[in-house]
Amino acid sequence: MDKIKLPKLLIAGAIFYVVIQILIHTGVLNGYFVVIINRSLIFVILAATLNLINGITGQFSLGHMGFAAVGAYTSGTITTLVYHLSPRSFTDNLIFLAAIVIGGIAAAVVGFLIGFPSLRLKGDYLAIVTLGFGEIIRTILNNIDYVGGPRGLLGIPKFSNFTVIFLFTFFTIVLLRNLVISSHGRAMLSIRENELASELVGVNTTRYKVLGFVVGAFFAGIAGGLLCHLLQIAHPTQYGFYASALILIMVYAGGMGSLTGSIIAAFSLTFLTEGLRVGIDWLRDTVGIPIGSEWTMVIYALLLIFIMLFRTEGFMGMKESSILIIEEKKV
Amino acid sequence: MGSIFSFQQIVNGLQLGAIYALIALGYTMVYGIVRLINFAHGDFFMVGAYAAYAAFYMFNFFLPQGNGLAFAVLIVAMIGGAAVALLSNQFAYKPLRYKPRLSSLVTAIGVSMLLEYLFSALPFIGPSPRGFPELLMKHMYRFGSAEISNYVVIDLAVAAVLMIGLTYLVRRTPLGKAMRAVSQDKDAAKLMGIDVEMVIGFTFAVGGAFAGAAGLLAGLTYPRIQPYMGILPGLKAFIAAVLGGIGNIPGAVLGAFIMGLAETFATAYNSLLGEGIAFVILIVVLLLRPNGILGEKTADKI
Repeated sequence: MDKIKLPKLLIAGAIFYVVIQILIHTGVLNGYFVVIINRSLIFVILAATLNLINGITGQFSLGHMGFAAVGAYTSGTITTLVYHLSPRSFTDNLIFLAAIVIGGIAAAVVGFLIGFPSLRLKGDYLAIVTLGFGEIIRTILNNIDYVGGPRGLLGIPKFSNFTVIFLFTFFTIVLLRNLVISSHGRAMLSIRENELASELVGVNTTRYKVLGFVVGAFFAGIAGGLLCHLLQIAHPTQYGFYASALILIMVYAGGMGSLTGSIIAAFSLTFLTEGLRVGIDWLRDTVGIPIGSEWTMVIYALLLIFIMLFRTEGFMGMKESSILIIEEKKV
Repeated sequence: MGSIFSFQQIVNGLQLGAIYALIALGYTMVYGIVRLINFAHGDFFMVGAYAAYAAFYMFNFFLPQGNGLAFAVLIVAMIGGAAVALLSNQFAYKPLRYKPRLSSLVTAIGVSMLLEYLFSALPFIGPSPRGFPELLMKHMYRFGSAEISNYVVIDLAVAAVLMIGLTYLVRRTPLGKAMRAVSQDKDAAKLMGIDVEMVIGFTFAVGGAFAGAAGLLAGLTYPRIQPYMGILPGLKAFIAAVLGGIGNIPGAVLGAFIMGLAETFATAYNSLLGEGIAFVILIVVLLLRPNGILGEKTADKI
């Protein structure tokens, strides 16, 4: 195993962070854009980890937002409770970090419980189980009064800011990149290429499928925690099929198995969503054409179908930007 | 109300099961022939319900409310379901037939989203629920402690007639023989002179027509239709197909009736459990008997 070198990715991350910070402090980017950038970064986590499940391990999960919901509600409940007991203590940020990680762990546990029965089997069972799971988790959240039921979990303290979200996103990307390049990652890739052949050369396919799934669920939980501490609310409808499908579109638009593609797609589609929303509002209020926000999803559905029909490999295919590639030592 | 397992509940469960069975048949036939979980199938059901809704108000201009009108509406619902199934097959699934299976699965999700959001975005349909018209007069009959409406009889009769027709089609006609051949081995079927694409298209059309009929029955029985009404019944019918053994036609019907009964009993016990019972059944089946009740164990060819 080669030594893992970080510099190129570290430099790219640092440049991105400094540039955005300068733009914020000089007032080029107003608060509205900062929120969109924060959301984009959270979607980078979600898309990149779904890519680990769908693109790299070749399994098919449809309920990624369900895991985000578990993470969001778990961490949101913890911080809200603690914050009400002792607001503004110096341990705030530590508790926030702990809550986010606990949310991730809770999501990972749920991921294991869901993934273990369905991933033992070959075929498309995971797709339908995760789709069902997404619906179930929404029904459950709608019915638990302690976390607000259909009103949602309100009054979550605002702990997420650009720096925190950026650090988590950066850490996720580094970890995923290293995982993919490791022997575990190669085992996962071999499952995608040919599960039977992979099994025949001695890869414990179930173990790696469950591993990929649980890692994906863990980070989805973290992303959910960050999202609810950014928006200060966790609402069952935020985590429905609509949202899971949006992340799926990001993965396929960016390219299955390409982390670079997921990053680019998460940014472009988050901005596109905002653009479409503004455009539809403009058409409705200024031009007077009575159209609803449903057209955004019609456009996304068509986008998904067209990607599959005409550019199945997505924007980046399986290529990675050179920033994310680790140079191997020549033997 | 009586106990959870009263005669009334059994009848309600069978009625729900009949609707699930019609949807599950489409899932299982399409899966059997092209190995695709057609996520959009639940939305074909929704399209059928809307086609029936539109047909009722159009035909009601010149046909009096009654059996003739109901029959015409049923035909339109089936044609609507079949048409949307054929269109999806032609434009979304056919070009991907020989690409990796995951691509078709993703496209199916795209088609499903497109139908749902297009229906709720179109101004003359809209996202809000609509009441389904009373197609036929509702009568109640008393059997001991249970009250049974003629809708139960209609649901079960329509489902039974369609299923018998399907059995005849698959077992006795040349087209049915071709369907069975394609589901066994597409390439060999092609070599025997079967027009494989025609057979696949026909299978989609039959599945869509059954889903359309189910849409009408569901609209009649639970008189509220909306663009997202297909998601949950579609999911539950799929689970029913897995429970019976996916790809197996009698299995789908058996699984659907078990699902309908289980859901009715569970709902009578606790409404939250009723929502989740399908999922519990799916996990148990996957753990204990992944090939389903009537499914055969298949081995991978190397």
